[in-house]
Amino acid sequence: MKKLQVGITLIAAAVAAAFTLVGCGQSGSGSGTEVKIGHVGPLTGGIAHLGKDNENGARLAVEEANAAKIKIDGKEIKFVFVPEDDQADPKVGTTVAQKMVDAKVAGVVGHLNSGTSIPASPIYNQAGIPVISGSATNPKLTEQGFKTQFRVVGRDDQQGPAIASYLATNNKPKVVAVIDDATAYGEGIANEVEKTLKAAKINVLPREKGTDKTTDWKAILTKLRGRNPDAVFYGGMDATGGPLMKQGRELGIKAVFAFGDGACTDEMAKLAGEAAEGLLCSQAGLPPQAASKAFLDAYKKKFNSDPILYSPFTYDAANMLIQAMQKANSTDPKKYLPELAKLDFSGATGKIAFDSKGDRKDAEMTIFTMKGGKIEPIAIIKSGKTQSYADFLKSAK
Amino acid sequence: MDTFLQQLVNGLTAGSVYAVVALGYTMVYGIIQLINFAHGEVVMIGAMVAFTIINLLVPTGLPPFAIVLIGTGCAVPVCMLVGYSVERLAYRPLRHAPRLAPLITAIGVSIILQHLALMVWSRNVLAFPQIIKSQTYFIGGAGITTVQIAILAICLTLMAGLAILVYRTPLGTAMRATAQNAQVAGLMGIDVNRVIAITFVIGASLGAVAGVLFGTYYGIAQYTMGSVLGLKAFSAAVLGGIGNIPGAMLGGVLLGLVEALGAGYIGDFSDLCQWGVPLQACEGGGHFILMGSNYQDVFAFIVLILVLVIRPQGLLGERVGDRS
Repeated sequence: MKKLQVGITLIAAAVAAAFTLVGCGQSGSGSGTEVKIGHVGPLTGGIAHLGKDNENGARLAVEEANAAKIKIDGKEIKFVFVPEDDQADPKVGTTVAQKMVDAKVAGVVGHLNSGTSIPASPIYNQAGIPVISGSATNPKLTEQGFKTQFRVVGRDDQQGPAIASYLATNNKPKVVAVIDDATAYGEGIANEVEKTLKAAKINVLPREKGTDKTTDWKAILTKLRGRNPDAVFYGGMDATGGPLMKQGRELGIKAVFAFGDGACTDEMAKLAGEAAEGLLCSQAGLPPQAASKAFLDAYKKKFNSDPILYSPFTYDAANMLIQAMQKANSTDPKKYLPELAKLDFSGATGKIAFDSKGDRKDAEMTIFTMKGGKIEPIAIIKSGKTQSYADFLKSAK
Repeated sequence: MDTFLQQLVNGLTAGSVYAVVALGYTMVYGIIQLINFAHGEVVMIGAMVAFTIINLLVPTGLPPFAIVLIGTGCAVPVCMLVGYSVERLAYRPLRHAPRLAPLITAIGVSIILQHLALMVWSRNVLAFPQIIKSQTYFIGGAGITTVQIAILAICLTLMAGLAILVYRTPLGTAMRATAQNAQVAGLMGIDVNRVIAITFVIGASLGAVAGVLFGTYYGIAQYTMGSVLGLKAFSAAVLGGIGNIPGAMLGGVLLGLVEALGAGYIGDFSDLCQWGVPLQACEGGGHFILMGSNYQDVFAFIVLILVLVIRPQGLLGERVGDRS
């Protein structure tokens, strides 16, 4: 027994010594100040690949800022990247938001989903922490009047009308079926599509709904097949949209399938196989391939893969936080928030400035189609005008 | 009419997969009165193993059916091993413990298996390689694909095979005897532990095949797929009368049909405009739908509750002398 006590004392002493050493080490090199920048997105679940892509974008920006040895208020700043997983679940989203606030982050990039961003936004607002989403497109996010909430991506009420008007003018459907996955995002974009189609005097069938975990769409699709739609729009993510399109083709539905940005990925070709050919989909903003070459090269070098979807936007979002801090010469959210709101930024996705709600001014929308297993941009829609992608690239150069 | 037929085809296909999974629940319950919540995860592991093997074999250029067969051939022994280990390590030590203890263990095992799969196969939705060119045949307006025909045929064969095993072989007699009274069966010279282990292994191998079928049918597999599928199959087993083998088959097929018909018709049925309710939304051929297709699961479970309220023992009931 005595031996054991001696042992415990020894261990305790060793631990204490180790802590002292670490403590010394920290104060020794402590000329830099640490500033935390958070990122929140789903790292588990059906859209974890998109969450990881978003995180990579923000991480790249933070690491570049560290490499540039930025000085704010005379002190060299070491940015610490704090990634968290919200599982695309609204409940977990609010918990993680509180965790971010408790960790005293200076700013947050995220969340990925509208469904998680909206309930999290009052928590950040109360703590006065600026939060910029690179991918949440539901209009409600910035309609709540929170001064701390921004987004660098377009809104569903811009994206929905874009894909719907493209569909209406290019495919001229008479009857369109609209399906959503009963999430804030899916419902939001489906509502906007329906509104635009109805305004174009197109017959829209009563809404069908699944969930963001549905794998069997056959019952719904069979019902729709009986009504002969010329086009089917699905508001939801690729993990559910892929099986939906595959099953639709298996049932012999010949309609054009159209999707929002959540299902506008190359994953669709893997999930739906050959059935995915010819689908139409929209993304708010410009395609990842149209992001600046500097970003694309840096991303490829760092992560050894190409950006999937919104990483150029989260990259810009993180850079905007850092640039606003530099402009304000302070990392205090209270001081740099006003600078962020009026920042005139030029990044991987082009020029960004916020309007009074925190939305990106004059956001572009891109229409894609699936060709040979890859999604390819075919048109750009900006301020209500449609331009083919080839023409857009020509005019941009 | 073709819509109705199509819904029947959809429901039958999904239902026969539920039925095969439900057999795993009902066999184990029949023999040791344990709800093996880890069974859904065994199904998931079956799909995952097959996914890995199929992906490895696709570049070899073997014929697609051979690849799928080899994939299944690898998934079955892996799942048998998982089923056996779970029984041996997690349930057998608790066999004489109060009934709540193994139930909680079962939930624990389910979580452990799910997270092991997460570590091995990542958290992504895995896209099953679409190697079998799915041809759709139209019969009376209802389309049925080659994969669906294969699923129906395989499930029927499995169910028939199991029925023969349980009711026509010495092993089946031993299983039924153990189910009736394990103590007396032991006194009669039956190795009860062995019979219980075999029951788990058979259930797991059925689960493995169901996992592969599910994966090839929907084209996706994910580490969480076992929980929803497991819950539905378990409900199917309860619907048919848990512990009863024909009950599980009937329950599975019925649940599939109810789901398909529910999703297909509940929207039209609950459209108030169709019933002549004077609403503003109805003007000019509008609709006012009370319960849309997002209520399909709710509808399926309402049916389940109604059946259980009227017949608490399930449709076919648990015939104590006959369970295994």
